[in-house]
Amino acid sequence: MDWFFNFPDMSRSDLREFKKTVDFAFTDFSRTYGQGIEEFFEPLLMFLVWFEKLFINTPWPVIILSILLIAWIGSRSILIVVGTFISFMLIGYFGMWEDTMSTLAIILVATFLCIAIGIPLGIAMARSNKVQAAIVPVLDVMQTIPSFVYLIPVVMLLGIGKVPGLIAVCIYAIPPIVRLTNLGIRLVDKDVLEAADSFGANYWQKLFGVQMPLALPTIFAGVNQTIMMALAMVVIASMIGVKGLGLPVLRAISNQYLALGLMNGLAIVILAIIFDRVTQKFGLRMQKYRNEGKD
Amino acid sequence: MDSKNILIKVNQLYKIFGDGDKSALDLVKDGMGKDELLEKSNCVLGLNNINLNIKKGKIQVVMGLSGSGKSTLIRHLNRLIEPTSGEILFNNTNILNLNSKELIQFRQNNMSMVFQKFALFPHKTVLQNVGYGLAIQNIPKNEWSYKAQKWIKRVGLDGYETYYPGQLSGGMQQRVGLARALATDAEILLMDEAFSALDPLIRSEMQNILLDLQNELHKTIIFITHDLDEALKIGDRIAILRDGSMVQDSDPQEIIMNPADEYVSDFIKDINRARVIQAKSIMTLTNTKSSGATVKEDMVLEDILQIMSDAPSKPVTIENAKGKITGKIEMVNLIEGMKRPKSLGTNITG
Repeated sequence: MDWFFNFPDMSRSDLREFKKTVDFAFTDFSRTYGQGIEEFFEPLLMFLVWFEKLFINTPWPVIILSILLIAWIGSRSILIVVGTFISFMLIGYFGMWEDTMSTLAIILVATFLCIAIGIPLGIAMARSNKVQAAIVPVLDVMQTIPSFVYLIPVVMLLGIGKVPGLIAVCIYAIPPIVRLTNLGIRLVDKDVLEAADSFGANYWQKLFGVQMPLALPTIFAGVNQTIMMALAMVVIASMIGVKGLGLPVLRAISNQYLALGLMNGLAIVILAIIFDRVTQKFGLRMQKYRNEGKD
Repeated sequence: MDSKNILIKVNQLYKIFGDGDKSALDLVKDGMGKDELLEKSNCVLGLNNINLNIKKGKIQVVMGLSGSGKSTLIRHLNRLIEPTSGEILFNNTNILNLNSKELIQFRQNNMSMVFQKFALFPHKTVLQNVGYGLAIQNIPKNEWSYKAQKWIKRVGLDGYETYYPGQLSGGMQQRVGLARALATDAEILLMDEAFSALDPLIRSEMQNILLDLQNELHKTIIFITHDLDEALKIGDRIAILRDGSMVQDSDPQEIIMNPADEYVSDFIKDINRARVIQAKSIMTLTNTKSSGATVKEDMVLEDILQIMSDAPSKPVTIENAKGKITGKIEMVNLIEGMKRPKSLGTNITG
């Protein structure tokens, strides 16, 4: 009755062998292909470095003015623009300007990558139930697996640096945009699609003329979520060599610097709030036609 | 019937929804009904051996209760739904043989559709909605917007070009839907319960707009409705569906005078017979003039009663559209005509 009380598990030596096999296999893989993969990401790294330099080297008044302009175009709200101005002045005053610029750069690149990959993926999912069935479990894994777990293979393959950090951020941040693109397109009124069909619209005319515009508010909610999640990953990404606001936070944790941790943490929060409010207002304005009643 | 006037010919059309529709088809062809089929093979019988000839330039009404398959039938004509078997001939080409490119061409050029729930594009303005059918044919913007403008004016929405559908009332939205369908100059107009969602006054107004347009344009219109008054008002011919089968397909007067079965009788039970039955349906054939006034063949009994009440004993003379005398009606014919036929029951209350 031993098996009843003790789980009939694998023997220790077998387990050790199993882990060793997996580890060696992956080490071999990264030795063989690591170089190639790194070269593949080289242009991305160059771009990231260039983009970050651009943010850091541009004089701060120019940056603030551009950000305020974008905030205005996005939200059309004086309140948000004034709030953004005060926030960035405070960030600069407390000596976090450079770190904030680094974070901003990587967040923007990550968001762009997520949109560029996520939206086509979402469209493919909306088009076919089989594709959806295949991708949903992958997204589930990406969202639930502890981020440290996938940091291990990424670091083994690419070492420490900006690109692995960016990849880690993207893995964490891409699921909402994929899911919400898929959902948005699937939620488009069937009657309206039937009307497009009845007038002889082809697949692409329906996609770009009807489905995407009507799904845009939902897709935009996905973009918003993706940005929020990318910001949340900044601290973890700093563990594998991404510069920015996450690094001081990491230092503060290991040395118990309360003020340093709070300041940088709050700077991340402020960035998040600004991004969120601006994109949400923009999303609302895009669906203006929905909100206007007939009276 | 003059076969060269027939624009669309539906032959032995069957539609069965569900898996294994091919084997279910054999069961249906052997005479299995809708309920039994659902029980035996878990398939839903949509259309059962539909044969229909639709004449060019006429309004063909398809009527039935909900679930009778009328919306399914109309969606076969532009292949929004694929049939299980059968053929649909348009100018002698079987629509069901078109490949996807030809089908898109066919939908762009030959048929347009008006929907029960309007199905306008909420993110497009009235002008863009009306021009949609043209815009997707890659017609340049100044050309389609000019045509769209013309139809917006024609349905009485001048000045609303830049509004979004959500800003318009139901009646106005359906005018947009109608203008959108007319803008492509398609020969055939499919109207799927187009006016059912509107309130009675607006509905009657829209019916008049449609009849006005039809007098001018002579389109071939397939009009779905569950409302007999509407069917009688606009239909040149009425087909009645029940559980996916065609029960009767005839002239509106014929449906009232000679309902094919109890289902049709039920339909016409509550109509105001005096207001829909025309002189020609009850007149006694003769070509000599009678002593009373002279009226046209298509005058309804209610109006004849008005005329006869001045001189009840004098029969009225009936003449056709060309002024030739075709018959006469006496007061007793009039009463007989308005009376509900015995088969329809007495239905007297109080």
